[in-house]
Amino acid sequence: MREREDEWTDLMRSAISGDDAAYHRLLKAITPVLRAAARRGLARAGQPVDQSEDIVQDILLAVHLKRQTWDANAPFAPWLFAIARNKLIDALRRRGRRIFVNIDDFAETLPGETPEPTASPGEVTAQLQALPARQRDVLQSIAVDSASIKDTAAKFSMTEGAVRVALHRGLASLTAKLRDR
Amino acid sequence: MDTDQLIRTLTADNAYRGRPIGLALMLALLAAAPVSLLIFFAELGVRPDVMSAMHNPFFDLKFAVTLALAASAIAVSLHLSRPEASLRSFGWWLLIPAGILVAAISGEMMMPQRTPMMTRLIGKNSMACMTAIPAMSLPLLVAALYGLRQGAPARPAVAGAVAGLLSAGLAATVYASHCTDDSPLFVATWYTLATAIVASVGALMGNRALRY
Repeated sequence: MREREDEWTDLMRSAISGDDAAYHRLLKAITPVLRAAARRGLARAGQPVDQSEDIVQDILLAVHLKRQTWDANAPFAPWLFAIARNKLIDALRRRGRRIFVNIDDFAETLPGETPEPTASPGEVTAQLQALPARQRDVLQSIAVDSASIKDTAAKFSMTEGAVRVALHRGLASLTAKLRDR
Repeated sequence: MDTDQLIRTLTADNAYRGRPIGLALMLALLAAAPVSLLIFFAELGVRPDVMSAMHNPFFDLKFAVTLALAASAIAVSLHLSRPEASLRSFGWWLLIPAGILVAAISGEMMMPQRTPMMTRLIGKNSMACMTAIPAMSLPLLVAALYGLRQGAPARPAVAGAVAGLLSAGLAATVYASHCTDDSPLFVATWYTLATAIVASVGALMGNRALRY
Protein backbone atom coordinates (compact mmCIF):
# COMPACT_ATOMS: atom_id res chain seq x y z
CA MET A 1 0.00 0.00 0.00
CA ARG A 2 2.91 2.28 0.87
CA GLU A 3 4.42 1.58 -2.54
CA ARG A 4 1.13 2.23 -4.25
CA GLU A 5 0.83 5.62 -2.60
CA ASP A 6 4.42 6.57 -3.39
CA GLU A 7 3.73 5.67 -6.99
CA TRP A 8 0.67 7.96 -6.99
CA THR A 9 2.76 10.81 -5.62
CA ASP A 10 5.37 10.32 -8.37
CA LEU A 11 2.69 10.13 -11.07
CA MET A 12 1.05 13.32 -9.84
CA ARG A 13 4.37 15.15 -9.80
CA SER A 14 5.01 14.09 -13.40
CA ALA A 15 1.43 15.04 -14.33
CA ILE A 16 1.86 18.54 -12.96
CA SER A 17 5.09 18.99 -14.89
CA GLY A 18 3.11 18.28 -18.07
CA ASP A 19 3.20 14.50 -18.52
CA ASP A 20 -0.33 13.67 -19.76
CA ALA A 21 0.33 9.91 -19.85
CA ALA A 22 1.29 9.94 -16.18
CA TYR A 23 -1.88 11.86 -15.37
CA HIS A 24 -3.98 9.34 -17.25
CA ARG A 25 -2.29 6.45 -15.43
CA LEU A 26 -2.82 8.13 -12.08
CA LEU A 27 -6.54 8.73 -12.66
CA LYS A 28 -6.92 5.15 -13.86
CA ALA A 29 -5.08 3.85 -10.79
CA ILE A 30 -7.08 5.79 -8.19
CA THR A 31 -10.51 5.08 -9.73
CA PRO A 32 -10.98 1.50 -8.41
CA VAL A 33 -9.91 2.62 -4.94
CA LEU A 34 -12.40 5.48 -5.01
CA ARG A 35 -15.09 3.17 -6.36
CA ALA A 36 -14.60 0.62 -3.58
CA ALA A 37 -14.72 3.37 -0.95
CA ALA A 38 -17.84 4.96 -2.46
CA ARG A 39 -19.57 1.58 -2.39
CA ARG A 40 -18.61 0.97 1.20
CA GLY A 41 -19.90 4.40 2.17
CA LEU A 42 -23.19 3.89 0.34
CA ALA A 43 -23.64 0.41 1.79
CA ARG A 44 -23.03 1.66 5.30
CA ALA A 45 -25.60 4.43 4.81
CA GLY A 46 -28.11 1.88 3.58
CA GLN A 47 -28.07 3.30 0.06
CA PRO A 48 -27.99 1.28 -3.17
CA VAL A 49 -24.35 0.81 -4.21
CA ASP A 50 -25.17 1.23 -7.89
CA GLN A 51 -24.91 5.01 -7.42
CA SER A 52 -21.23 4.75 -6.63
CA GLU A 53 -20.12 5.71 -10.13
CA ASP A 54 -21.70 9.18 -9.82
CA ILE A 55 -19.69 9.74 -6.66
CA VAL A 56 -16.49 8.48 -8.33
CA GLN A 57 -16.96 10.97 -11.18
CA ASP A 58 -17.67 13.76 -8.70
CA ILE A 59 -14.41 13.00 -6.91
CA LEU A 60 -12.41 12.79 -10.15
CA LEU A 61 -13.71 16.20 -11.26
CA ALA A 62 -12.80 17.73 -7.89
CA VAL A 63 -9.33 16.16 -7.97
CA HIS A 64 -8.82 17.63 -11.42
CA LEU A 65 -10.08 21.14 -10.69
CA LYS A 66 -8.38 21.45 -7.28
CA ARG A 67 -4.96 20.05 -8.24
CA GLN A 68 -3.33 23.38 -7.46
CA THR A 69 -4.14 22.90 -3.75
CA TRP A 70 -1.90 19.84 -3.59
CA ASP A 71 1.56 20.58 -2.24
CA ALA A 72 3.99 18.74 -4.50
CA ASN A 73 6.30 18.13 -1.54
CA ALA A 74 3.58 16.27 0.38
CA PRO A 75 2.33 12.73 -0.26
CA PHE A 76 -0.60 12.57 -2.66
CA ALA A 77 -2.83 10.00 -0.91
CA PRO A 78 -3.88 12.07 2.17
CA TRP A 79 -4.85 14.95 -0.12
CA LEU A 80 -6.81 12.61 -2.39
CA PHE A 81 -8.61 10.90 0.49
CA ALA A 82 -9.54 14.25 2.04
CA ILE A 83 -11.21 15.33 -1.21
CA ALA A 84 -12.86 11.94 -1.66
CA ARG A 85 -14.16 11.90 1.90
CA ASN A 86 -15.59 15.40 1.50
CA LYS A 87 -17.33 14.47 -1.74
CA LEU A 88 -18.69 11.23 -0.32
CA ILE A 89 -20.13 13.03 2.71
CA ASP A 90 -21.71 15.59 0.36
CA ALA A 91 -23.24 12.87 -1.77
CA LEU A 92 -24.68 10.99 1.20
CA ARG A 93 -25.99 14.19 2.74
CA ARG A 94 -27.73 15.01 -0.50
CA ARG A 95 -29.39 11.62 -0.31
CA GLY A 96 -30.69 12.57 3.10
CA ARG A 97 -28.18 10.82 5.31
CA ARG A 98 -25.77 12.45 7.67
CA ILE A 99 -23.21 9.86 8.45
CA PHE A 100 -19.65 9.59 9.55
CA VAL A 101 -17.29 8.58 6.78
CA ASN A 102 -14.21 6.81 7.94
CA ILE A 103 -10.96 7.82 6.28
CA ASP A 104 -10.00 4.13 6.40
CA ASP A 105 -12.72 3.52 3.84
CA PHE A 106 -10.21 4.84 1.34
CA ALA A 107 -6.96 3.61 2.76
CA GLU A 108 -7.93 0.00 3.36
CA THR A 109 -8.63 -1.08 -0.20
CA LEU A 110 -6.63 -4.20 -0.90
CA PRO A 111 -4.48 -4.22 -4.02
CA GLY A 112 -6.40 -7.12 -5.56
CA GLU A 113 -9.78 -5.51 -5.04
CA THR A 114 -10.79 -3.81 -8.28
CA PRO A 115 -14.56 -3.58 -8.57
CA GLU A 116 -16.07 -2.82 -11.94
CA PRO A 117 -18.63 -0.05 -12.40
CA THR A 118 -22.10 -1.40 -11.64
CA ALA A 119 -24.41 1.05 -13.33
CA SER A 120 -23.67 3.67 -15.92
CA PRO A 121 -23.52 7.02 -14.16
CA GLY A 122 -26.29 9.44 -15.01
CA GLU A 123 -25.56 12.67 -13.21
CA VAL A 124 -22.60 13.95 -15.24
CA THR A 125 -24.33 12.95 -18.48
CA ALA A 126 -27.52 14.76 -17.46
CA GLN A 127 -25.68 17.95 -16.48
CA LEU A 128 -23.68 17.80 -19.70
CA GLN A 129 -26.89 18.47 -21.63
CA ALA A 130 -27.43 21.70 -19.66
CA LEU A 131 -24.08 23.25 -20.68
CA PRO A 132 -23.76 26.03 -23.25
CA ALA A 133 -23.66 24.52 -26.76
CA ARG A 134 -19.99 25.23 -27.45
CA GLN A 135 -18.76 23.68 -24.19
CA ARG A 136 -21.05 20.71 -24.61
CA ASP A 137 -19.91 20.06 -28.18
CA VAL A 138 -16.24 20.21 -27.21
CA LEU A 139 -16.70 17.97 -24.16
CA GLN A 140 -18.70 15.48 -26.15
CA SER A 141 -16.20 15.41 -28.97
CA ILE A 142 -13.30 14.71 -26.61
CA ALA A 143 -15.10 12.43 -24.16
CA VAL A 144 -17.51 10.43 -26.27
CA ASP A 145 -15.95 10.56 -29.75
CA SER A 146 -12.39 10.31 -28.31
CA ALA A 147 -11.26 13.11 -30.58
CA SER A 148 -8.01 14.92 -29.81
CA ILE A 149 -7.93 18.65 -29.12
CA LYS A 150 -6.52 19.14 -32.61
CA ASP A 151 -9.29 17.13 -34.31
CA THR A 152 -11.94 18.87 -32.25
CA ALA A 153 -10.56 22.25 -33.27
CA ALA A 154 -10.72 21.23 -36.94
CA LYS A 155 -14.23 19.81 -36.58
CA PHE A 156 -15.73 22.98 -35.13
CA SER A 157 -13.36 25.38 -36.97
CA MET A 158 -12.00 26.69 -33.70
CA THR A 159 -8.41 27.37 -32.68
CA GLU A 160 -6.80 24.79 -30.39
CA GLY A 161 -6.59 27.46 -27.71
CA ALA A 162 -10.33 28.08 -27.91
CA VAL A 163 -10.97 24.34 -27.64
CA ARG A 164 -8.80 24.18 -24.52
CA VAL A 165 -10.66 27.11 -22.96
CA ALA A 166 -14.07 25.61 -23.79
CA LEU A 167 -12.94 22.25 -22.43
CA HIS A 168 -11.79 23.67 -19.12
CA ARG A 169 -14.80 25.96 -18.73
CA GLY A 170 -17.07 23.05 -19.56
CA LEU A 171 -15.50 20.88 -16.84
CA ALA A 172 -15.69 23.74 -14.33
CA SER A 173 -19.34 24.53 -15.03
CA LEU A 174 -20.21 20.83 -15.05
CA THR A 175 -18.76 20.62 -11.54
CA ALA A 176 -20.64 23.74 -10.44
CA LYS A 177 -23.90 22.29 -11.73
CA LEU A 178 -23.31 19.00 -9.94
CA ARG A 179 -22.56 20.88 -6.71
CA ASP A 180 -25.54 23.22 -6.83
CA ARG A 181 -28.16 20.84 -8.14
CA MET B 1 -20.34 9.71 -20.08
CA ASP B 2 -18.66 6.71 -18.48
CA THR B 3 -15.71 7.03 -16.14
CA ASP B 4 -13.08 6.09 -18.73
CA GLN B 5 -14.38 8.82 -21.00
CA LEU B 6 -14.31 11.30 -18.13
CA ILE B 7 -10.72 10.35 -17.33
CA ARG B 8 -9.74 10.86 -20.96
CA THR B 9 -11.39 14.27 -20.91
CA LEU B 10 -9.64 15.30 -17.70
CA THR B 11 -6.33 14.16 -19.19
CA ALA B 12 -6.96 16.36 -22.23
CA ASP B 13 -7.30 19.30 -19.83
CA ASN B 14 -4.04 18.52 -17.98
CA ALA B 15 -2.32 21.52 -19.55
CA TYR B 16 -4.62 23.90 -17.69
CA ARG B 17 -3.05 25.43 -14.61
CA GLY B 18 -5.13 27.05 -11.91
CA ARG B 19 -3.89 30.23 -10.31
CA PRO B 20 -2.06 29.63 -7.00
CA ILE B 21 -4.41 30.53 -4.15
CA GLY B 22 -2.02 33.03 -2.57
CA LEU B 23 -1.86 34.98 -5.82
CA ALA B 24 -5.62 34.76 -6.39
CA LEU B 25 -6.28 36.06 -2.87
CA MET B 26 -3.78 38.90 -3.22
CA LEU B 27 -5.14 40.06 -6.59
CA ALA B 28 -8.73 39.96 -5.32
CA LEU B 29 -7.85 41.98 -2.21
CA LEU B 30 -5.92 44.53 -4.28
CA ALA B 31 -8.94 44.94 -6.54
CA ALA B 32 -11.29 45.54 -3.57
CA ALA B 33 -8.98 47.79 -1.54
CA PRO B 34 -9.88 50.98 -3.47
CA VAL B 35 -13.57 50.46 -2.65
CA SER B 36 -12.85 50.21 1.07
CA LEU B 37 -10.51 53.20 0.93
CA LEU B 38 -13.18 55.19 -0.89
CA ILE B 39 -15.66 54.47 1.91
CA PHE B 40 -13.01 55.51 4.41
CA PHE B 41 -12.03 58.81 2.80
CA ALA B 42 -15.59 59.73 1.87
CA GLU B 43 -17.07 59.09 5.30
CA LEU B 44 -14.26 59.25 7.86
CA GLY B 45 -10.76 60.37 6.89
CA VAL B 46 -7.57 60.30 8.95
CA ARG B 47 -7.83 62.03 12.33
CA PRO B 48 -6.43 65.59 12.22
CA ASP B 49 -3.90 65.11 15.03
CA VAL B 50 -2.36 62.00 13.46
CA MET B 51 1.20 63.39 13.55
CA SER B 52 1.18 63.86 17.33
CA ALA B 53 -0.87 60.71 17.89
CA MET B 54 1.94 58.66 16.38
CA HIS B 55 4.04 59.45 19.44
CA ASN B 56 1.44 57.76 21.63
CA PRO B 57 2.43 54.08 21.90
CA PHE B 58 -1.22 53.06 22.38
CA PHE B 59 -2.13 54.63 19.04
CA ASP B 60 0.63 52.59 17.40
CA LEU B 61 -0.42 49.44 19.24
CA LYS B 62 -3.82 49.54 17.52
CA PHE B 63 -2.02 48.93 14.23
CA ALA B 64 0.07 46.16 15.74
CA VAL B 65 -3.15 44.38 16.81
CA THR B 66 -5.06 44.85 13.56
CA LEU B 67 -2.10 44.05 11.31
CA ALA B 68 -1.32 40.95 13.36
CA LEU B 69 -4.95 39.88 12.94
CA ALA B 70 -4.84 40.47 9.17
CA ALA B 71 -1.51 38.70 8.71
CA SER B 72 -2.32 35.66 10.83
CA ALA B 73 -5.78 35.32 9.25
CA ILE B 74 -4.23 35.46 5.75
CA ALA B 75 -1.79 32.69 6.73
CA VAL B 76 -4.58 30.57 8.23
CA SER B 77 -6.83 31.20 5.19
CA LEU B 78 -4.17 29.93 2.82
CA HIS B 79 -3.59 26.90 5.02
CA LEU B 80 -7.32 26.10 5.25
CA SER B 81 -7.73 26.24 1.47
CA ARG B 82 -6.16 22.77 1.28
CA PRO B 83 -8.60 19.88 1.58
CA GLU B 84 -6.61 17.92 4.16
CA ALA B 85 -5.93 20.92 6.41
CA SER B 86 -7.64 21.62 9.71
CA LEU B 87 -7.63 24.51 12.15
CA ARG B 88 -5.86 22.38 14.75
CA SER B 89 -2.29 22.84 13.56
CA PHE B 90 -2.47 26.51 12.52
CA GLY B 91 -5.35 27.96 14.55
CA TRP B 92 -3.09 29.26 17.32
CA TRP B 93 -1.74 31.87 14.89
CA LEU B 94 -5.01 33.69 15.47
CA LEU B 95 -4.09 34.06 19.15
CA ILE B 96 -1.18 36.39 18.27
CA PRO B 97 -3.35 39.55 17.93
CA ALA B 98 -5.24 38.60 21.09
CA GLY B 99 -1.91 38.23 22.90
CA ILE B 100 -0.73 41.68 21.77
CA LEU B 101 -4.04 43.11 22.95
CA VAL B 102 -3.77 41.51 26.39
CA ALA B 103 -0.21 42.79 26.73
CA ALA B 104 -1.35 46.29 25.75
CA ILE B 105 -4.18 46.24 28.29
CA SER B 106 -1.82 45.17 31.08
CA GLY B 107 0.60 47.90 29.99
CA GLU B 108 -2.08 50.53 30.18
CA MET B 109 -3.23 49.27 33.59
CA MET B 110 0.24 49.82 34.99
CA MET B 111 0.38 53.45 33.86
CA PRO B 112 -1.33 56.32 35.66
CA GLN B 113 -4.45 57.41 33.71
CA ARG B 114 -6.38 60.64 33.69
CA THR B 115 -9.72 59.06 32.79
CA PRO B 116 -11.45 56.17 34.58
CA MET B 117 -11.40 52.71 33.07
CA MET B 118 -15.05 52.60 31.97
CA THR B 119 -14.74 55.97 30.21
CA ARG B 120 -11.76 54.67 28.25
CA LEU B 121 -13.56 51.43 27.43
CA ILE B 122 -16.74 53.11 26.21
CA GLY B 123 -14.86 55.85 24.36
CA LYS B 124 -16.44 58.30 21.93
CA ASN B 125 -16.40 56.37 18.68
CA SER B 126 -17.99 53.05 19.50
CA MET B 127 -20.85 53.45 17.02
CA ALA B 128 -18.56 54.68 14.25
CA CYS B 129 -16.25 51.76 14.93
CA MET B 130 -19.11 49.25 14.84
CA THR B 131 -20.42 50.51 11.50
CA ALA B 132 -17.20 51.57 9.73
CA ILE B 133 -15.25 48.34 10.27
CA PRO B 134 -18.02 46.07 8.91
CA ALA B 135 -18.78 48.47 6.03
CA MET B 136 -15.14 48.69 4.97
CA SER B 137 -14.70 44.95 5.47
CA LEU B 138 -17.51 43.91 3.18
CA PRO B 139 -15.82 44.61 -0.19
CA LEU B 140 -12.65 42.94 1.12
CA LEU B 141 -14.62 39.93 2.37
CA VAL B 142 -16.38 39.42 -0.95
CA ALA B 143 -13.01 39.67 -2.72
CA ALA B 144 -11.30 37.30 -0.28
CA LEU B 145 -14.03 34.69 -0.75
CA TYR B 146 -13.74 35.08 -4.51
CA GLY B 147 -9.99 34.49 -4.37
CA LEU B 148 -10.32 31.59 -1.95
CA ARG B 149 -12.76 29.83 -4.28
CA GLN B 150 -9.63 28.49 -6.01
CA GLY B 151 -9.09 26.43 -2.88
CA ALA B 152 -10.81 23.35 -1.49
CA PRO B 153 -11.47 23.89 2.22
CA ALA B 154 -12.77 20.92 4.21
CA ARG B 155 -15.03 23.19 6.24
CA PRO B 156 -16.25 26.11 4.12
CA ALA B 157 -17.92 27.93 7.03
CA VAL B 158 -14.71 27.94 9.07
CA ALA B 159 -12.70 29.10 6.06
CA GLY B 160 -15.31 31.84 5.49
CA ALA B 161 -15.06 32.99 9.11
CA VAL B 162 -11.27 33.27 8.81
CA ALA B 163 -11.74 35.25 5.58
CA GLY B 164 -13.99 37.52 7.68
CA LEU B 165 -11.18 37.94 10.22
CA LEU B 166 -8.70 38.87 7.55
CA SER B 167 -10.99 41.48 5.97
CA ALA B 168 -11.87 42.90 9.40
CA GLY B 169 -8.16 43.07 10.25
CA LEU B 170 -7.40 45.02 7.09
CA ALA B 171 -10.42 47.32 7.46
CA ALA B 172 -9.65 47.96 11.15
CA THR B 173 -6.07 48.90 10.26
CA VAL B 174 -7.37 51.72 8.09
CA TYR B 175 -10.13 52.65 10.53
CA ALA B 176 -7.62 52.90 13.41
CA SER B 177 -6.07 55.97 11.77
CA HIS B 178 -9.43 57.76 12.07
CA CYS B 179 -10.45 56.68 15.55
CA THR B 180 -9.40 58.94 18.44
CA ASP B 181 -9.96 56.22 21.04
CA ASP B 182 -6.54 54.69 21.60
CA SER B 183 -7.15 52.74 24.79
CA PRO B 184 -6.55 49.00 24.35
CA LEU B 185 -9.74 48.53 26.38
CA PHE B 186 -11.69 50.30 23.64
CA VAL B 187 -9.97 48.20 20.97
CA ALA B 188 -10.60 44.96 22.88
CA THR B 189 -14.31 45.77 23.20
CA TRP B 190 -15.48 47.47 20.03
CA TYR B 191 -12.95 46.33 17.45
CA THR B 192 -13.51 42.77 18.67
CA LEU B 193 -17.26 43.11 18.43
CA ALA B 194 -17.05 44.57 14.91
CA THR B 195 -14.63 41.79 13.91
CA ALA B 196 -16.99 39.15 15.30
CA ILE B 197 -19.82 40.52 13.17
CA VAL B 198 -17.66 40.35 10.03
CA ALA B 199 -16.47 36.83 10.91
CA SER B 200 -20.08 35.66 11.30
CA VAL B 201 -21.05 37.14 7.95
CA GLY B 202 -17.94 35.47 6.49
CA ALA B 203 -18.97 32.10 7.92
CA LEU B 204 -22.46 32.40 6.41
CA MET B 205 -21.18 33.53 3.01
CA GLY B 206 -18.28 31.08 3.00
CA ASN B 207 -20.54 28.16 3.74
CA ARG B 208 -22.10 28.68 0.32
CA ALA B 209 -19.30 30.29 -1.66
CA LEU B 210 -16.39 28.04 -0.63
CA ARG B 211 -17.99 24.65 -1.21
CA TYR B 212 -16.30 22.82 -4.03
